[in-house]
Amino acid sequence: MSDLQCPIPKRDYDRVLTAHGGGGRLMQQLLADIFFPAFANDLLGRRHDAAVLTLEGGAAGPRLAFTTDSYVIRPLFFPGGSIGHLAVYGTVNDLAMAGARPLVLSAGFILEEGFPIEELQRVVADMRDAAAAAQVQIVTGDTKVVEHGREDGLYVNTAGIGAIEHNLTIEPQSVRPGDAIILSGDIARHGIAVMSVREGLEFESAIESDCAPLAGLVGDLLAEGLQVHCLRDLTRGGLAAGVIEIAQTAGLQVHLRERDIPVRDDVLGACEILGLDPLYVANEGRCVAFVPAEQADRAVATMRSHPAGAAATVIGHVTAGADPGLVTLETVTGTSRVVDLLSGEQLPRIC
Amino acid sequence: MRFVSEYRDAAACQQLAQAIERLVTRPWTIMEVCGGQTHAIVKFGLDQLLPPQVTLIHGPGCPVCVTPLEMIEKALQLAARPEVTFCSFGDMLRVPGCSQDLLAVKASGGDVRVVYSPLDAVQLARDEPDREVVFFAVGFETTAPANAMAAVQAHELGLPNFSLLVSHVLVPPAVESLLSAPDCRIEGLLAAGHVCTVMGCHEYEPLAARYHVPIVVTGFEPVDILQGVHACLRQLEEGRAEVENAYARSVRPEGNQPAQELIREVFEVVPRKWRGLGEIPRSGLGLREPYAALDAERRFGLTDTDVPEPEACLSGQVLQGLTRPMDCPAFGRECTPEHPLGATMVSSEGTCAAYYHYRRQRGLQSPRSPAEGSA
Amino acid sequence: MCLAVPGQIVETAEEGLARTARVSFGGLVKQISLAVLPEARVGDYVMVHAGFAISVVDEAEAAEVWGVLEQMAALAEEETP
Repeated sequence: MSDLQCPIPKRDYDRVLTAHGGGGRLMQQLLADIFFPAFANDLLGRRHDAAVLTLEGGAAGPRLAFTTDSYVIRPLFFPGGSIGHLAVYGTVNDLAMAGARPLVLSAGFILEEGFPIEELQRVVADMRDAAAAAQVQIVTGDTKVVEHGREDGLYVNTAGIGAIEHNLTIEPQSVRPGDAIILSGDIARHGIAVMSVREGLEFESAIESDCAPLAGLVGDLLAEGLQVHCLRDLTRGGLAAGVIEIAQTAGLQVHLRERDIPVRDDVLGACEILGLDPLYVANEGRCVAFVPAEQADRAVATMRSHPAGAAATVIGHVTAGADPGLVTLETVTGTSRVVDLLSGEQLPRIC
Repeated sequence: MRFVSEYRDAAACQQLAQAIERLVTRPWTIMEVCGGQTHAIVKFGLDQLLPPQVTLIHGPGCPVCVTPLEMIEKALQLAARPEVTFCSFGDMLRVPGCSQDLLAVKASGGDVRVVYSPLDAVQLARDEPDREVVFFAVGFETTAPANAMAAVQAHELGLPNFSLLVSHVLVPPAVESLLSAPDCRIEGLLAAGHVCTVMGCHEYEPLAARYHVPIVVTGFEPVDILQGVHACLRQLEEGRAEVENAYARSVRPEGNQPAQELIREVFEVVPRKWRGLGEIPRSGLGLREPYAALDAERRFGLTDTDVPEPEACLSGQVLQGLTRPMDCPAFGRECTPEHPLGATMVSSEGTCAAYYHYRRQRGLQSPRSPAEGSA
Repeated sequence: MCLAVPGQIVETAEEGLARTARVSFGGLVKQISLAVLPEARVGDYVMVHAGFAISVVDEAEAAEVWGVLEQMAALAEEETP
C-alpha cells in the first residue's frame, strides 16, 4: 500500500511542537535528525547527561565533566521551588550523573521587556541559595532582554563544570547484564507540583516538588567504593524515559517491578484524576543508579543514609535479552508489559 | 488510595483468573465496550491472565477515537481563530485532522488550553470577557452531565462569550449497531461502568434479549474487569443472556436521576457520525433550545464538509472488533502514535495505541499477537 | 473517556448554583461539583468524573466483592485434591 493518505504529513511536523521538548519519542527524533548529524563527534555520541573531557596525559589524566541546560518552566514559582532552584540543581545533577563533583556554573538570563524586577530578584535569590546547598559557585553569566512578546518573562540557561575524582566510567555503555537498578526515592512529585498550580487544573495539595541537588548522594556512593556503572537523573519524561534511554544506549534489556516503585498516595491521587501514568511524570531530585547486583544492598543503604535518598530502593534489573533496548514492567497484577516512550508530554485526560 | 489500590491486588487477580480458568469449557469472544477498560486491560496485562479460549475484543467506547474527522476539522478551524480561546480535555489535543492536530494549531499561535472540567472553561470565559471561549464538548453519557452543567451555568450567567462545540455520543445505539452487523463476533459484552453510573442498566435489557448476549456492567480496575469477565463467562457457559451489574459499588440499576434530568434539560437525541462506523441514527446528543444559542457551530457559522478517512486505516474495523491492531498492515509501520493514520492510534485509550505502547515486540516489522511472541 | 476516580468528601459548601465539595484523593484535595449528587455527605466516597461527583461509592456492595473472592478461594481449596 504505497498510496497512503496520512492525516499528518509524513515528513514530520514542519514546525516545532511543545512535544519536541517533552522528553519523548519526538524529542529523540529531533536530536537524531537535526542535532547529532550536524555536531557529530565522539563526546556527543556518548549520549550522556554530561560530556567527559580528558585533559593532558591521555586516558589516565584528570577528567572534567561539562554540561548545559535551559530552563523554561511555567509557572516560574511552584510549590517547593522555582525556576531558580531548577536552574542550579538541574545542571548540578547532570554533572553528578557523570560521577563528577560540581565546581562552577555559568548563568545566562533571557528577560522579557516588562518583567518585574522583584520577581527577577526572587529567582536570583533562589539560585544563590541553591548554589550554596549544592556547593557550587556561579562564576560567569550573561543577560539579554527581548521585546515584549507572549508574556513568558524569563528563561535561564546554566552550564556547569565538574571534576571527576575516581577511575570509573559512569555512562550507559558501562551498564552490564545482571546490574541492579536503584531508584533514589518516590517519583512524580515535581510534575504534579507544577501541574497543581496550572490554570484549569488547580488542586489543593501538600505536594511539593522534589527538586534537590544529587551531587552529595552520588559523592557518598563513590566514597563508599561502589562500582557505579551508570547514573541518570529522572527529569522530563520521568522514570520511564530515563530508563528507556539507558537501555537503548546500552543495548540491553531492563525489567522493572511496578510494586517496588514508590509513589506517594496523594501523588497517585493526582495522577489518577488527571489520567497520568506516574512513570512518565517529571522529577527534579530523583535518580537511578545501575550497580552490580552483589553491591545493591550496600548502594541502597548508602543512599538511604543521605536525605536525598531516604526512600531508595531496588526497582529492577538488567539482562542481556534478545531485545536490546526493551524495557518491560512487571505490573502490580503480576503480568508483564512493555514500557514505551511517549510521543511527547503526557496530557491530562478524562478518557 | 482506598477503592483503587485494593482492586489492583495481584493475589485477587490470580484468584479470579483461576476461577475463570475453572469455568471455561470452550472458546468465547467478549467485547469490552469502553476504551478505559481497553486501556486498563492492556496496561495491567489482564489479557495474559485469561485462558487461551477467551478472546477479548475491544469496542468503540473511546470518544477520542469516534469523533468524526469533520468535527476535528471544525475544532482546528475554531482554535486557529485569533479571538478564540479553545478549551479541551487533554485527550483531544493529538487527534489528527486532515493535516494537523490541536497541538500543531497551538504551536502556530492558536490559544488552546487543557482543562480538567468544563466548568473551568466557563470560569475562563468569566475571567476573560474579551475572548471567545469555546469548549470542545466530547464524550459519552458519563461526561454529558458535566458538559450540560457548563451550558446551564453559561446560560444562567448570560455569558455572551462562551460556546460549546458538541460531539456527544451515546453507547447503546453503537452497541446495537455492532450487535446487528451480519459479521458480528461478539458473544458477550462488558458494558461501561461509568456510563451506567449515570444512565443505569435498563437501556441494555432489550439489547441482551434481542441479540441474546449477556451484558455485564463492569468497572475499571483490574479486579473489576476480571470480575466482569468472570460473570460474563458464567452466563455464557450457562446459556443465559441477562444484564448483570458487576460494578454495584458505583452503579445503581436506575442510574443517577439528577444527572439524567440535566442531560435531558440541555440536550436532545440527534443522529451522529462515528469515525470508523459511519452515521448511526439517534446515537448522539445536540444542544436543545434555549441552549442552542451556545452552539459554537451556529455561532461561528461552521458548515459541514465531507472529509474522507485515510484508506489505509482499518480503525473502523478495529472499533467494531473485526480486526486486531496487529492485523492491520499499517500498524507500527506507516501508522504510529507519532504519525497516526486513525484515531485508534491517537487516543491513549485507542486500541491501536494501547497495543503499540504496551504490547509491541521490538525489532519486528510486523508485530504479532502477544500469544505468538517474537518471530 | 470515562475516567472516574474515587475520593472522600472532606467538606461541603453551597456555591451559587449548586453544592460543591472538597474531595480528597489519597490526600490530594480538589473542588468538585455535587450538582448531580445532592445526597452526598461529608465522609462519603464518591466517584468523580471531569469535576463532578457522579455516584456515592456503596461500601456494603464494595465489601461483597471480597466475600465472593473468599468463596472462590474456598471452592478452589475443595477442588484441589
